[in-house]
Order: sequence, then C-alpha cells, then structure tokens
Amino acid sequence: MATLTLDGIRLSVGGAPLIPHLDLAIAPGTVATVMGPSGSGKSSLLALVAGLLPTAFTAGGHVRLGPEELTPLPAHRRRLGLLYQDDLLFPHLSIADNLAFGLEPAIRGAARKRAVDEALIAAELEGLGGRDPATLSGGQRARAALFRTLLARPRALLLDEPFSRLDQDLRIRMRRLVFDQAAAHDLPVLLVSHDPADAEAAAGPVVDLQALR
Amino acid sequence: MTAALRLGAGLWLAALAAGLAGTLLPAFGYLPALGADGFGLAAWRQLLGWPGIGHSVAVSLTSGLIGTVGAFVAVTLFCAAMQGHRWFDRAAAGLGPLLGLPHAAFGLGFALLVGPSGWLVRLVSPWATGWTAPPDLALVGDGWGLTLAAALAIKEAPYLLLMVVAALPQIRGQEHLQAARSLGYQPVRGWFLVVLPQLYPLIRLPIYAALAFAVSTTDLAIILGPSQPAALSVVVLRLAFDHDATLLLPAAAGAGLQGLVALAAITLWRLGERAVARLGIVILRRGMRGTPAGEMAGRAAGALALLVVGGGSLATIGLLALWSIAGTWRFPDALPDALSTRPWREALPVLAAPLLTAAGIGLAAAMLALAAALAMLERPWRGSRALLYLPLLLPQVTVLFGLQVVLVRSGLDGHVGTVVAVHLLFVLPYVHLSLADAHARFDRRYLDVAAGLGLSPARAFWRIKLPMLARPIAAALAVGFAVSVAQYLPTLFAGAGRVATVTTEAVALSAGGERRLTAAYGFAQGALPALGFLLALLVPRLMSWRR
Repeated sequence: MATLTLDGIRLSVGGAPLIPHLDLAIAPGTVATVMGPSGSGKSSLLALVAGLLPTAFTAGGHVRLGPEELTPLPAHRRRLGLLYQDDLLFPHLSIADNLAFGLEPAIRGAARKRAVDEALIAAELEGLGGRDPATLSGGQRARAALFRTLLARPRALLLDEPFSRLDQDLRIRMRRLVFDQAAAHDLPVLLVSHDPADAEAAAGPVVDLQALR
Repeated sequence: MTAALRLGAGLWLAALAAGLAGTLLPAFGYLPALGADGFGLAAWRQLLGWPGIGHSVAVSLTSGLIGTVGAFVAVTLFCAAMQGHRWFDRAAAGLGPLLGLPHAAFGLGFALLVGPSGWLVRLVSPWATGWTAPPDLALVGDGWGLTLAAALAIKEAPYLLLMVVAALPQIRGQEHLQAARSLGYQPVRGWFLVVLPQLYPLIRLPIYAALAFAVSTTDLAIILGPSQPAALSVVVLRLAFDHDATLLLPAAAGAGLQGLVALAAITLWRLGERAVARLGIVILRRGMRGTPAGEMAGRAAGALALLVVGGGSLATIGLLALWSIAGTWRFPDALPDALSTRPWREALPVLAAPLLTAAGIGLAAAMLALAAALAMLERPWRGSRALLYLPLLLPQVTVLFGLQVVLVRSGLDGHVGTVVAVHLLFVLPYVHLSLADAHARFDRRYLDVAAGLGLSPARAFWRIKLPMLARPIAAALAVGFAVSVAQYLPTLFAGAGRVATVTTEAVALSAGGERRLTAAYGFAQGALPALGFLLALLVPRLMSWRR
C-alpha cells in the first residue's frame, strides 16, 4: 500500500480560517491522529480527504496516495474507507447484505457468498448474517461497519471518532481490532479524535489542530 | 373539546359510510326512490353491457398508472441526480406553489400546449412539419388517454416531490449516501440503493393516494381524456346526471367499479414495488457500483425530468395568461399578432359570480378545516390519522355518488353549505398534513414558561402557541383554500349541478373550444389559489411588523 500524504492543506469556512496549513505523511500500517476540540475542523479535514467537503468550505492543498493525486477525484473514486462514530449500517438491509454492499463487484457468485461468510466470521458475527442491524449490539454493529468498509478494499482508512460512542471496555477492544486490521492490510490510517487515549494507542504521528492556529 | 372531537369523528365516519352505502346499495339494486327494492346484479349487467365500458376501464387504469409511474420516476431521478445540490432546494421551493394550480386550470393550459393547434406544434410549424393548418391528429383526447397520462405525470410530480422533501429529514439520507460513496458507489446509483429504500415506506401512502386519484380523475379526464368511450369516471358522471333516472342504478355500479379499478391499480403497484425491490437487492448483492456513463445518463435524466415538469407547468400557466389576452393569433404563429382585452371583457360579467362562490366556499372550508385540524393536533388519538386520510385513498366518485344519493333523500343537496361540508372531506386531510410538522416541532417549553407566568393552558394556547404558529397556520389555510377551489366532482355532486363555481364552469366550457374564453376561466381559477398563497406569505409578516 501507498503513503497517504496531506500536502499544504488549508481549510476555511465563510472567510474564517479553520486550518491555516497542514502537512502530514502517513505511511502504510501507521495511524496518524488529528486531535482538537469540536469545531476545530477535525471532521471537515476528514471530509476534505474523503472528497465529501460541503461547498460552504474553501480548501487548498493536495491529497495524495503514493504518487496519485486524489484532490480532483470524486469521493466514490478515491477508494478511502470511512468509519464514523455511528455505524451507519443501512437499516433496510440485513447484516450480510450490508457486507455484500461493500464487497467489490469483480468477486462474483459463490466467491461472493464465501467472502461475506468469511467477513462475518472475522467480525465474530457468524450466524448473524440474516439479522436486521437494529437487533445487534453496539459492538456487533461497529464490527459489521468495519468489515463492510474493509470488504471494499480501501487504500486507506479515515476514522471519524469511531470509538466515541462505545463504552470503555468495548472501546479498547474495538480500537485494537481496527488498528490490527489496518496493520494486517498495511493501510495508512487517519484518525480524528478528541480522546488522548486514542492517540496513545495509535502510537503514530499526532497533530493538534488547536496548536496549528 | 373532546366531546366536539368525538362528534366530528363520528360525523366524518358517518359521511364516509353513508357515501359507500349510498353507492353499493343501488349498485346491487336497492334504491327505493326509484322504486327499486330488490337486490340483484341487474345494475352490474347493465353497466357491463354499456358500449365501450371495457375500454373505459382500460383507459382509466392505464392513464392513471402511466401517469403515476411517470411522476414517481421523474421525482426519484430528480432527487437522485440533484440531492445536496443547491438546485434541489430551489426546485423544491419552486415546485411547491405549482401544487396550488387546480387540475382543471392545468388541464386547460396543457391542452393549449400539446393540442393540434397547441404551442408545441406551433413552435415546430411550418418549418419542420410543413403544417400550415392544425394537423388532424388526436393530440388531445387520444383513444388511450396518453395525453391524460402525461398531464397526470406532470401535475402529480410536484406533489410527490413535496412528500419526499417532507420525509427526507426523517432518514439519515445524506450520511448513508456518503457511506455508500466512500464504498465506491456512484452518487445516483447509491441514492437508488441506499436512500430510496428508506424513503419509500414514508411516502407509500401519499403515492397510493396519488394513484387512486389518477385512475379516477374526472375534471382532467373531461378536458384531456378520450370522449367516446371516455374514462370510467366520466362515464359514471354522465350516467349519474342523465335525464333518464333509471340510469342511476348502472351509475352506482360504475362508481363501485371505479373503487375496484383503484384497488386493482394499487395492487398492481404493490407487485411493481416487489419486483423493483428484488432487482435492487440483486444489484447491491453483486456490489455493482454503477458506471460513469450510467451516472451521466442518470444526471441527464434528472435534469430532463425537472425541465419537463417545471417547463411544462410554467408553459401551461403562461399559455393560459397569453390566450386570455390574445387578439388575433393565427396558426402556426408562436405568438399572437395583437393583444386584446375582449376575452376578459366577455368573461368577467359571467365569471365574477362563480369566482366569488368558489372563493367563499374555499374560505369557509379552509377555516373550518383549520379549526378541526388544530383541535385534532391538540388532542390526538390512536387511529385519527388513518381515519383522516381515508377519503384520499378512495376514488372520489365512489364516495360522492353515494353521498349524493343520501343528500338528495334528505333534501340537503344543492345548498352552498352542503358543498362546504363535502369539500371538508378532501380539504381537512391536506390542512392537517400541512400543519402537523410545524405543530409537532413547536417547543412546548414556551407553554411551560407561560404557565410559570400564570397563564392558563387555554390562554397560553391562544396568546403564545397560535401567534407563534402564524406562518404555518397561514400556509395551511392557503393549502385548504387551494384544495377547495380545485374540487370539481364534490362541487358538482353536493351542489346537484346548481352551485356554479369557476371550477365547474371552466370544465363545462372546455368542450366548447372557445380558446380565449376558456383560457380566461382557467387563468382565473388558477389565480385564486395563487392569491391565497401570496396572502399566506404576506399577512404573517404584516402581523409581525405591527408588533
């Protein structure tokens, strides 16, 4: 996998600067943490990298993956996996169909079903594929969301406070699972959080947006 | 208030039950006023033997289904292509007022747009078509009701869009769509796979109401539909108002048949729902992300849908206005040679009275509906909504025919007050619908504060809640007024043909072919609700200035 590079990122909304200047290189398998209180532009930075920035924002700088320039690409062409604090499992689909939704279309037929089954096992959701997402526990839903993202074969992971809604015990386990999976897939990870414990566990570069201003 | 509510709900249910019974009993041979008191199937046999009745059923079913499918496809394509775009909110805001355009006025203008000597033909003649005289083509009133279907699609689309806009905040569409995009799905494809399935259950009932309306529309079918054989609702109307009173029995059977046609249409739609849902599951299980070409096509189709619905509606209004002030306007000129005040000078003396009647009935119905809606929202009970929206799911003619039978028997037909009461059946649901959201959003802590200041609940309602809800209340009144002005069949049946409003007159004129006069009537009918919406916009502002 390739390094995710943020090069001279600037971000402002309505003329007011949020992020004056940010350079960050995230090597494959490492987790960079962006810290800051709410309103500091954490989530907007993630949206910028993902290609989902609302038009009210003005942005500058470059996002690259290895040598590839991502800036001009629309969100669905960037192949960056996003995880939010809510699992955002589609409520009208079963768990298995949510996972299949993430799986790339090149995998067909029996191989498709096998890939979904394997993901269910890896997510410790064996036998729950037919269930309505609403009937699962918070931890189960978080794992399903993670594996839906991984099945899409992302080239990097963008995490928007994905652990903040989980209770203490679950948060530690989920964090370890996500970081282990990212390392196993050799993915660069950009984590946005206001929890210092996240940055500590990530053990990678840390950016404090407040300090940048 | 609770007692009044109970009484109101009882009357409501009684009216619907009387309407259905008054249709079904005569349909099966029981109508003592005609000396018919034996039950049997003679009325049905007579109806089914009526020349062209099979074709009438087919026309109603196909034009209604095609029209509703067209409106639904246009609205979903538009939403999928434009969601999140600044044009979406603009179009949604712009299409809203189009809702107030009555069907009859829309139909009259649509005929001026697509007819053999209509504006579209004029635009391409004679340079492209070679026509120097209006072509002998059935562009309006075609045998299969395709013009009717097209008009229904354009007229129903703003209504469906409004329902979608109202439902969108209830789901987390934008976030789910972003999730789909980050998984590699093209935006339009993602919208159809992720947002629509969550949205659809919320708009299912309004769609069924639109469908039941479309397969049983009367005024639009008279203006734009085929005449021999006509759409089923038109056949029923002709039978019901025939000089030969014995034809009331097959008319009753026809009104019953119209109910079955609506049921069949909804059943077919349900089957369609399942098929589309199954197709969607196949696509998403295979993880098909969509192609850039498909995405372009989807966006183009969405823009086209906006163009056809918005452009068609605006052209319709413009043509009504232009024809009503046209002097000489020869075929194939796209614009009149001269303008003239003659159409209005001819129309106004005869138009003034029915216009005022329509305005009076509309005002009374809207005020009564507002009081009832507020009472219901303040004291909701289980099942109140279902009861309220029931008249929208039944074809009008099915209920109104029977109601007319009961009204005639009790000597109540033909009075303006009766017309207002019958209008309420269709006005109240929409007033309730348009007020419900704002009422639910009202922060009741204001009332708690008022109570703390020593205001009784009743005084807090009048002095705090009502003034704070002035805007939505004004809007709900305008909606109720517009719905009432647009009513054709209820006015005709409850008024026993003796209460003339601009709507009944405009529809009656449509067969005459005097374009300028018809355009003046259509424009006047359309201007009435527009005036209501304008007042709804201005009056609350003036009130807040005064404070």
